[in-house]
Amino acid sequence: MEFLNNVLVKPFADMAAAPDFLIQVLWEGLVGGVLYALIALGFVLIYKSSRIFNFAQGIMVVFAALTLVGLHERGIPAYLALPLTLAVMFVLAVSIERVVLRPLVNQPDIILFMATIGITMFLIGFGELIFGGENKVMITEQLMIPTGSFEFEPFGGFVSIEQKDLTAVIGAVILVAALLYFLNKSKIGRAIRALGDDHQAALSVGISLSTIWVIVWFIAGVIALATGIVWGARAGVSFALEVIAFKALPVLMLGGLESVMGAIIGGLAIGILEKVFEIYWGQPLLGGNTEAWFAYMLALLVLLFRPQGLFGEKIIERV
Amino acid sequence: MFYRTAGQFKTTYQADHALFPVRQDAVLLGIVLILAFVVFPLTASEFAFRALLIPVLIYSLAALGLNVLTGYAGQLSLGTGAFMGVGAYACYKLISIFPEMNIVVALALSGFFSATVGVIFGLPSLRIKGFYLAIATLAAQFFLVWLFQKWAWLYNYNASGAIQVPNIDFFGITVAGPRAPAIVQYYFVLCIVCLLTFFIINITRGRIGRMWKAVRDMDIAAELVGINLMKTKLLAFFVSSYVVGIAGALFVFLWRGAAEANLFDIPLSFRVLFIAIIGGLGSVLGNFLGAILIVALPVVISSVPEAFGLPLSSATVEHLNIMIIGALIIAFLIVEPHGLARFWAVIREKLILWPFPH
Repeated sequence: MEFLNNVLVKPFADMAAAPDFLIQVLWEGLVGGVLYALIALGFVLIYKSSRIFNFAQGIMVVFAALTLVGLHERGIPAYLALPLTLAVMFVLAVSIERVVLRPLVNQPDIILFMATIGITMFLIGFGELIFGGENKVMITEQLMIPTGSFEFEPFGGFVSIEQKDLTAVIGAVILVAALLYFLNKSKIGRAIRALGDDHQAALSVGISLSTIWVIVWFIAGVIALATGIVWGARAGVSFALEVIAFKALPVLMLGGLESVMGAIIGGLAIGILEKVFEIYWGQPLLGGNTEAWFAYMLALLVLLFRPQGLFGEKIIERV
Repeated sequence: MFYRTAGQFKTTYQADHALFPVRQDAVLLGIVLILAFVVFPLTASEFAFRALLIPVLIYSLAALGLNVLTGYAGQLSLGTGAFMGVGAYACYKLISIFPEMNIVVALALSGFFSATVGVIFGLPSLRIKGFYLAIATLAAQFFLVWLFQKWAWLYNYNASGAIQVPNIDFFGITVAGPRAPAIVQYYFVLCIVCLLTFFIINITRGRIGRMWKAVRDMDIAAELVGINLMKTKLLAFFVSSYVVGIAGALFVFLWRGAAEANLFDIPLSFRVLFIAIIGGLGSVLGNFLGAILIVALPVVISSVPEAFGLPLSSATVEHLNIMIIGALIIAFLIVEPHGLARFWAVIREKLILWPFPH
């Protein structure tokens, strides 16, 4: 009885007792969710256009952030370091397409997946070799991201919203809107979606596979840079950040591997739910740190009822 | 010339189905076994046992277990490390609750624990396929490692949170723990690995193996010809996790000597997956070739700068190491996506025809 009370009643009583704390928790979860959504978006773009499950997306986030901070450390001002980092991400996209993807066209999915794990390890070694493995501080101020915080007092409580988090959320919304516009309205965007629907048909109407792949990997790189700046501002830049890549995977399961909307909604849902679960159930009842697995278990439960995720394409199999 | 199959006639079906239809294969295996059982123990140093031979065997066993699931039954799993952990912790608990228990019995029983956990986490495979399943196995990975950290009963409430292997005797000889000599451990691991490999070779050759392959190639078609998908997939998870669990127990008891929960984290899973894929999915030989490559590579790479007298710091070597392994994985996948086992098969074909290729 005591146990049932702890699981079913007490958490909600706590929520009602301190609504300001609940709002704070929800906000923290939302910011985390936005980041998960951004990483998942990079995955989805590449998966849609090439059926490659790009494990390296998480490490691209770290690599982009590390390049930005590393360049700045060597005395390059922020307004130059940013375009230079973008250039590095472009070179990365081109070389991945040339060196890794082109020779592996038409191989089974699992081989390409392993190749992206190879890319992950290469980037970890390369990044640490050049910029060093220690934790770095993101150049928040040089990029003109505000660092103060807004404070509210709803219901007689106290809620603090950091300005950089707010900037992150707004930036992410703009980025996603631009991306959706690009995918749906521009010529290249249509070509990307065509490739996602049917490779051969797209090739036969003159869409260049290799160009589109470079573009898609570059867009994924840009998203990675944006994610890296935001996450780096919160937690510092080091390869410990790669764990967030693992956080984005359940988002994909929940939202569906092919769906842009799924990545966004799944990311927000997982970000908020895992935070709420950790604070109200995980820490008092399970000894904390449940964020490591909660998202996976949630996604697993959803998958049992919808094997293609919430928004994924229905899987039709023929013999 | 060296690999001539001409003149080896098969007059019965039994001879045709034999483990080694070509005589030279049997001879070759005999040579490898003599190397493993006689030559290496006589020549290897303590360092070679600890850094090369024992880990190669244990990683091969783990990859073999994973290969049953991924290579033969077609269910991609990223949670191997956690299942190794279940085997290791189960063995540790068995030994500490029943100190009199024979280590071989404890190993065999701990395999059943990991097999049970494997079947539980294999249940979603009935609904979920492909990459969705791969991510679902990550649920096992993260949940189990979290459990290893938080459930203090598992590590006997040690303040350090780590498990320490005590000295364990096997019929009067110390095989595990700080006092065990490396050569004894090597022989012990070698015998278990040989036994399990023999078991896996035969299971994959028979009816069960064919059912797995049918499910791997197309599960709906397999279901239509009357294969019970649930039984087949769960059996694959059971056998695979059993072998992986024993590999995990050996990993801690006969090699590392101590373990913390994060030892079984995702890098271990990936290392085993690399071995299975670089070795070749759906082959037994490949696991051993892959393990030799993945274990030996860091040792070789870290000894190269020293040999040339290059003044590199250990951190730089470490980074170079990761980078080169990543690049080599990509290179191997490009050169031979079907793994080292296929590489060997091609060489063998060439040798059979040599010196008259046409």
